[in-house]
Amino acid sequence: MIRIVLPAHLRTIARVEGVVEVHVEGVVTQRTVLNALEARFPALRGTMRDHVTQLRRPFIRFFACEQDLSLESPDKPLPDAVACGDELFLVVGAIAGG
Amino acid sequence: MSGVRLLVGTRKGAFILTSDGKREHWEISRPHFAGWELYHLKGSPVDPNRLYASQSSGWFGQMLQRSNDGGKTWEPVDNKFTYDGVPGTHMWFDGTQRPWQFKRVWHLEPSLTDPDVVLAGVEDAAIFKTTDGGASWHEMPGLRGHESGSRWQPGAGGMCLHTILVDPSNHDRIFIAISAAGAFRSDDGGVTWKPINRGLKSKYLPDPNAEVGFCVHRIAMNKARPNVLFMQLHWNVMRSDDAGESWQLVSGNLPTDFGFPIEVHAHEPDTVYVVPIKSDGEHFPIDGKLRVYRSRTGGNEWEPLTNGLPQSDCYVNVLRNAMAVDTLDSCGVYFGTTGGQVYASSDSGDNWKPIVRDLPAVMSVEVQTLP
Repeated sequence: MIRIVLPAHLRTIARVEGVVEVHVEGVVTQRTVLNALEARFPALRGTMRDHVTQLRRPFIRFFACEQDLSLESPDKPLPDAVACGDELFLVVGAIAGG
Repeated sequence: MSGVRLLVGTRKGAFILTSDGKREHWEISRPHFAGWELYHLKGSPVDPNRLYASQSSGWFGQMLQRSNDGGKTWEPVDNKFTYDGVPGTHMWFDGTQRPWQFKRVWHLEPSLTDPDVVLAGVEDAAIFKTTDGGASWHEMPGLRGHESGSRWQPGAGGMCLHTILVDPSNHDRIFIAISAAGAFRSDDGGVTWKPINRGLKSKYLPDPNAEVGFCVHRIAMNKARPNVLFMQLHWNVMRSDDAGESWQLVSGNLPTDFGFPIEVHAHEPDTVYVVPIKSDGEHFPIDGKLRVYRSRTGGNEWEPLTNGLPQSDCYVNVLRNAMAVDTLDSCGVYFGTTGGQVYASSDSGDNWKPIVRDLPAVMSVEVQTLP
């Protein structure tokens, strides 16, 4: 299981509390994790990445294992510790905008 | 006893304010969608408990919410607004062409006959439609595909389609307004559109007869007389007696004819309301006095309405979607300010009082008159 922490506003949209768990078949990447997350919570579609281009929204960031993964390719495998569920995958609303 | 329900969208959430027909005492809900910008909420004329809300955020994009119980509970519906075909380009501020890019929903207009049918006006300017209660949205591409589309450009608030009016006597006739392209009309239910900007004047616009390029802030009509339209242009208050084919200046004795909202009395088609604002550099009321101006003559002759409104040290603005009228016998008029006040008059504007004073900046006000 991949363990994901969503920002508060997206937890409200998804109607969940705390850590969210999703199962990913095959290689665990940003794309496959977000695909699984959106499949489980369809209301989150379009809130983290663009509907059409599938690009990360500008003020959304991804962190794991104390690394900023936001600029990594969405198809690059995530760290093994995320893939096995030992480490959290963090979806963060950028601290911006005032 | 009849009552009213105000749907108030703010920079940080939505609020629902309710009262009985006397409109003296109001209940104010806790914030819905706290922390999000609510550009617009509107209820179905057919089923008043069916509400739609446009919820957006610079971080998380666009959400669309629907309620089936008058706003007690909400459910997210489809938020995918994809332009039909290849998006094409429009004019940017520097004269170059930019691709259309969806940003947010500015206006929701539920059908007059079917609670599952809604039109949505969006930024970058286009009109979308749902026929399944928001489960899916599809662009009506004839508007954006108009031959003038490549010449449209944004106003300071973005290239937004902010006003949709459906003719109650002919549902195929739809009026829309875009900043800063202008007003358009469809006579075939939104398949094709024509610009209706003849007679509008804008300072510095090189072509005095330009087909598009006007910063229309808002259009309003009285439902019993849908061929007569009133418009708050960037500067100038305008009137059309022929469904937009031509426009005449009716600013008359207004102290400034800049403003954002404009509304028409529910029962008196020649009674019109505007809120003059000092522009361009200040965008607050002249001399710190918040005054609604009312014309009972269809324009040109305006009187200030001040009873109950602050007449000193008031420097708020009233945004384009933030004024509405109810349909009770004694017409109620409502508006919200960027200072978070919502003012109400239950006597056509003669007297005002604040329903609530300290909301986040108000972006939109709609009113439902309940049986």
